[in-house]
Amino acid sequence: MASTTVSPGSGLNSGPANARPFLAIRHIAKKFGKNLVLRDISLDVAEGEFLTILGESGSGKTTLLRIVAGFENADSGELSMNGERLDQLPPYKRKVNTVFQNYALFPHLTVEENVGYGLRVANVAEAEVGSRVQQALERVRMTAHAKAKPGKISGGQQQRVALARALVNRPQLLLLDEPLSALDANLRRQMQVELKSLQREVGIAFVFVTHDQEEAMVMSDRIALLRMGELEQVATPREIYQRPATAYTAQFIGHTNLLSGDVRGGRAHCHSLNWGVNLADGPAQFSVRPEHVRVVAPTASPAEGRVRFRGKVQHRAFHGATELVRVLTADGLIFSLRTTGAEGRDELDCEFSASDAVRVRESASRG
Amino acid sequence: MFSRAYRIAITVPPLAWVTIFLLVPYLLMFCFSFWSVSSTQTILRSWTLQNYKQLFMKDVYWETLLRSMWIAARVMMFSLALGYPLAYFLSFYAGKRKDLLYQMVIIPLWVSYLVRAYAWKTILGSDGVLNTLLQYAHLTQHPLDFLLYSPFAVVLTLTHIYTPFAFLPIYAALEHIPRNLVEASNDLGASPRQTFWRVIFPLSIPGVVAGATFAFVLSLGDFLAPLLLGGPSGIMISNIVVTLFGAAYNWPLGAAISLCMLVLVVSLLFLSEKLEKKWSFS
Repeated sequence: MASTTVSPGSGLNSGPANARPFLAIRHIAKKFGKNLVLRDISLDVAEGEFLTILGESGSGKTTLLRIVAGFENADSGELSMNGERLDQLPPYKRKVNTVFQNYALFPHLTVEENVGYGLRVANVAEAEVGSRVQQALERVRMTAHAKAKPGKISGGQQQRVALARALVNRPQLLLLDEPLSALDANLRRQMQVELKSLQREVGIAFVFVTHDQEEAMVMSDRIALLRMGELEQVATPREIYQRPATAYTAQFIGHTNLLSGDVRGGRAHCHSLNWGVNLADGPAQFSVRPEHVRVVAPTASPAEGRVRFRGKVQHRAFHGATELVRVLTADGLIFSLRTTGAEGRDELDCEFSASDAVRVRESASRG
Repeated sequence: MFSRAYRIAITVPPLAWVTIFLLVPYLLMFCFSFWSVSSTQTILRSWTLQNYKQLFMKDVYWETLLRSMWIAARVMMFSLALGYPLAYFLSFYAGKRKDLLYQMVIIPLWVSYLVRAYAWKTILGSDGVLNTLLQYAHLTQHPLDFLLYSPFAVVLTLTHIYTPFAFLPIYAALEHIPRNLVEASNDLGASPRQTFWRVIFPLSIPGVVAGATFAFVLSLGDFLAPLLLGGPSGIMISNIVVTLFGAAYNWPLGAAISLCMLVLVVSLLFLSEKLEKKWSFS
């Protein structure tokens, strides 16, 4: 598979990605020993954009972030920010700051000293250090703990200090390496909202690394999905969810039903199901989201453009607002559907709209 | 949880050991230090402060104690000056050779102390390796006699012997510094030099204190190096204690000096522990 180079302004992307490229990642490759961690990554980040690099562990997402921060050198490729080469500079000369996974706060310094660290090493006048540190602490609501050592505050508070410590230097780009993964679920959701509003407030580009697709969906302007060292798809959360380019993307982002079949004479055939498509003949895979499968009354005949099937209920998982039901059709297809009206029935008549069956590419096998 | 018999079986032997080989001897030493020796060389078991008086009045004891501390202080400084950079290099820059280099620092510890002290005798003597070399190279006409039988020789030998002891705790402290702190410092714009002084060094202080304490305390009580290489000007306090317990047959005075040393060393250990605690964050 060719590398998925999605450049802003290609018309596929909406939002801030249409602004001029701010950070340009070009053909970055990296090997650790014989292990190829990143192969030919090209990616643009626009000014003020919240871009999430999403991937499973081992996908290379952290390595890519560390290359941008300067902690690792790429074997090949270029980085530039604001039109200036970045990859030649040591980390301490890059106008980039990082929020580390475990915060990496200096244990021997107080919260205040941690936040003032970047300003002091840059020889900013002490009076200015004081007021900027104060401001940064106010922004993350940590003023009360200014004199505490990091060991004495909670994980969520350390998280805020780490953010303040990075932002106080007024970086042009903030990198965040799974900063929320150490927090419990409730705090994490709360921090997601805070982080997003903080990003809007400061208006600089955030590059956020996570393995949590939900987190990526909630916060990002765009998501870059990384798989085994290559970009699988780069798009807005809405687009990546509604129009997944590959089977992998469709499965990784949310739940989906993957249907393998083939296209013959303008109709897709998948077991006993078939519907009209505008595709060339040949094998094809389709993704149908569970919420696009509806339970219908058995009597009505399917409307034009709808695909009808009947299945036995195999499994139900109650999620509160909806229920995720798994059904098995007579010819062995398994479907998941998200519904509110399937209580107490063992057999369901279901249908989905042919337009909701999104053609996805087979993900290239790599290894 | 455990049976009574089991608990007795595991606690009694170590307690007995500590009592017989540590507490009783210390108690005996304590008692001896308040006794005296008669003119007929028998120990008089009547309580007196005479030994301590003598200790504080006679210059030779004071001077030797101060010299011992000065030698120990120099050994401490040189051991740190050698041990710290070595530990820093090993911990941060040695990469794949780390384990090999670490072993190379440790291996000298397997060699008997006595052998290493004698080795320096061979190197520093007037017919020794160093003097022969210097004369052969026409850098000196006559053998340099300050090399051996001098405080210099003692400091050199003790530094050689105790540098690994200073190195080890420093290395351990440096190894414990999370590397993402170093990255965070770089990320915040600190140059490698700033990162060293603002992050790495402060976090390695517990190791430095432990290493300094090892080097100082171990050299302060040393008696072999001054005996073999010190000469009259390099005598240390332990040599006096050894003489008092041996040829001079004045156990009470020897015990009094030992007790003073013990108090000094224990206070130092106490102080160093305080310092280590103050500077550790985990």
